[in-house]
Amino acid sequence: MSFLWRAVKSPIGSSAIAALLAVGGVMFVVIAGGYDLGHAAAALWNGSVGDSYSFFTGTLMRATPLIIVGLSVSVAFRAGVLNIGADGQLLAGASGAVAVGLSAASWSPWIAVPAVLAAGMLAGAAWAAIAAILKHRFGVLEVISTLMLNFVALYTVSYLVHGPLEEPTRVFPQTSSIALSARLPVLLASQRLHLGFLLAIALAVAIWWVLRSTATGFRVRAVGASPSAAASAGRVNVGRVVFGAFLASGAIAGLGGAVQVAGVTYAMYEGSAGYGYTAIAVALLARLNPIGVIVAGVFFGALEAGGASMQRDAGVPAGFVAVIEALAILGVLAVDRARALALERSERALEGRSA
Amino acid sequence: MTDAAPALSLRGITKRFGNTVALDGADFDVRAGTLHALLGENGAGKTTLMRLAFGMLRADTGTLSVSGAVRQWSSSADAIAAGIGMVHQHFLLVGAMTVAENVSLGERGWLRSFDPRTAAARVRRIGAETGLMLDPEARVADLAVGAQQRLEIVKALARDARILILDEPTAVLTPTESQELYAWLRAFVARGRTVVLITHKVREALAIADDVTVLRRGRTILTGRAGNLNEHAVIDALVGAAEITDEQQPASNVDPVATVMSLENVSVADARGVPRLRNVSLDVRAGEIVGVAGVEGAGQHELLQLLAGRRAPDSGRVRAPEKIGFVPEDRLRDALIPEMTLVENLALKDAGVARGTTAWGAYAARAITTIRAHDVRASGAQAHAGSLSGGNQQKFVLGRELEGAPDALVVENPTRGLDIRAAAHILAELRSARAAGIAVVVYSSDLDEVLSIADRMVVCFDGRVTEVAVESGAIARALVGLS
Repeated sequence: MSFLWRAVKSPIGSSAIAALLAVGGVMFVVIAGGYDLGHAAAALWNGSVGDSYSFFTGTLMRATPLIIVGLSVSVAFRAGVLNIGADGQLLAGASGAVAVGLSAASWSPWIAVPAVLAAGMLAGAAWAAIAAILKHRFGVLEVISTLMLNFVALYTVSYLVHGPLEEPTRVFPQTSSIALSARLPVLLASQRLHLGFLLAIALAVAIWWVLRSTATGFRVRAVGASPSAAASAGRVNVGRVVFGAFLASGAIAGLGGAVQVAGVTYAMYEGSAGYGYTAIAVALLARLNPIGVIVAGVFFGALEAGGASMQRDAGVPAGFVAVIEALAILGVLAVDRARALALERSERALEGRSA
Repeated sequence: MTDAAPALSLRGITKRFGNTVALDGADFDVRAGTLHALLGENGAGKTTLMRLAFGMLRADTGTLSVSGAVRQWSSSADAIAAGIGMVHQHFLLVGAMTVAENVSLGERGWLRSFDPRTAAARVRRIGAETGLMLDPEARVADLAVGAQQRLEIVKALARDARILILDEPTAVLTPTESQELYAWLRAFVARGRTVVLITHKVREALAIADDVTVLRRGRTILTGRAGNLNEHAVIDALVGAAEITDEQQPASNVDPVATVMSLENVSVADARGVPRLRNVSLDVRAGEIVGVAGVEGAGQHELLQLLAGRRAPDSGRVRAPEKIGFVPEDRLRDALIPEMTLVENLALKDAGVARGTTAWGAYAARAITTIRAHDVRASGAQAHAGSLSGGNQQKFVLGRELEGAPDALVVENPTRGLDIRAAAHILAELRSARAAGIAVVVYSSDLDEVLSIADRMVVCFDGRVTEVAVESGAIARALVGLS
């Protein structure tokens, strides 16, 4: 028991327990649904890490947007900004990337790829800026504004793929594919894993470094932990730090959308894959630690890849994949609560000593 | 009445938290109809003992009796039913609710309808009976601290408390409010009720209490009639004989020419446009301590923030040095980030102006120096600020603000919630800061404390700042607007 408490109190231990809970939940759901557990488990394993194709193209390719958007959520949450609008910012980024990528046919890839990614970041930041300005100027709660803006983004994308950006034949509600020069190169022969994965890793390391070792990162952490102490003891301009972190978070989410367009889909379709929501679970499971986001992103990527193969090979319906993800998020929340209780308990013991 | 069984009696009480012994066979008897002061340093176990009496904690060993009958509480509800009420140091109030709603909260019974008119009538009735007047419809968040405390007492009285326990009630009150509270407690006792006052203010305890009990390290060291005890005996019992050192006062070193900070015709209004400071002018010179006094909301908070550069004036001119230390009143909210390490909390000082990469190694070395120089008891520089006791947190904050030889230091209620020894240490630090030529401004709600260190005194009243003689009578008059 005391081992369990100690595990719950350590950040890595509690994340591991949450992950185990999610996997256990998957098994429970599969059995409760009347499917053959062995068969389903084999499909989950094979589809996520069973062979090199499922690992690189299945798991890691799915992990790429989850890592990038998970970083976006982490940056915002670290600054105390509850940006749950990553999904909308990702869609804005994807729209910006497609718009630039469609007209990049004559450009060199050395210009086209950075231009597409930059367009995605700009569009994502601009979308986040709406909520950031509302918060900064009028004190509008970002939880509500960013969530609502997700729907606005969703329907704006729907309008774009039915209207100005629809493919020339006007048969399908989607855009044409972006120019070849604007696409991210594939990393391994006969795999679809693209350069975006390495970008995600590099970005995670960069954000980890910025938060740990730079004055800007320290301001972000201080403002997130205690705006009043940052303002009073540190004379930090809290509003500016919050605004900057909000825009950075939007830019990173937008980059996630651009990388997905330039690396995987090459076009934009109606609807959302929901990466912006799953990324919140990724960030929470990682305890907002950028390096942890890589691990949590790969874990969720594996769950999604394995879930897809369970559907294909073991006949477990698609809805179950969503159940699996929901269980993982519940696992994170439950363990988080247990962690808070464990910390409170040891704090109370301390307080009793000094009272 | 006095020879009857004690109203409240705790005998042989032991309580452990993990490996720490909070109470070690403590005894505590309270005579019915008396005001009993329970004294002890932070960590002596006084709050723990009273939480046991109030049913919030359960003793490992020992007996509890109320009016002679041995009792056991399974929760605070049992203690309340037996007529015990407790006013905690940190109020347990719902800010968004009205006074009447807060009083009705926590009553027993299912599905009993809440009638705002009955609840309001009860608040008014208690107010009429006891003099604790409150507006039943007022929102608690809008009440001043003193009124919130009155509400806590009214809550206990609404549940018919005959034994009232107050934990450091004057820590948040101004001198005038404290006097009012003490007068009220005396009147309450005169009607046959019983009061236990947890405090570490020796002088006040001796002046107002019938009986005094001193705890140290979980044991009862001293108990007796206040009239038979003198201050020195009580202080010896509190801190252990010969442990208190006489803090020598370094000589004041005023250089009358060097004005370090000044305000010229400064005015400030709050967010609602209510003026907080009107046309204030003040000079502070190197090597002097300017004491500030004022009742809650008289403008002293804004005055200190202006001097420390934490707030801009609406009109007028503020001159303050670049290198200035600031020790705010609420250290856990405004001075420290509890979940960060001491190294990070030291770096926080430069967070607003720092650029580029952070030299954590250098900050760690500075944190260690600060910890050593200011006698901060911590497991190391990587300890989280929240893991330190209040006194050590304050020593660290003051040490951080004094680091790098500032030209001025602005300090707000520096000893709030600290025990005698930690408070003496902080005041000694302020005196050495003065000796080092720093211009020091100190506000304290404890008038004796400001008087003991100030070279000059200013009093805030209704947004105006007046210089007065360093003498308690003059200050007391100025505090209420007489001069």
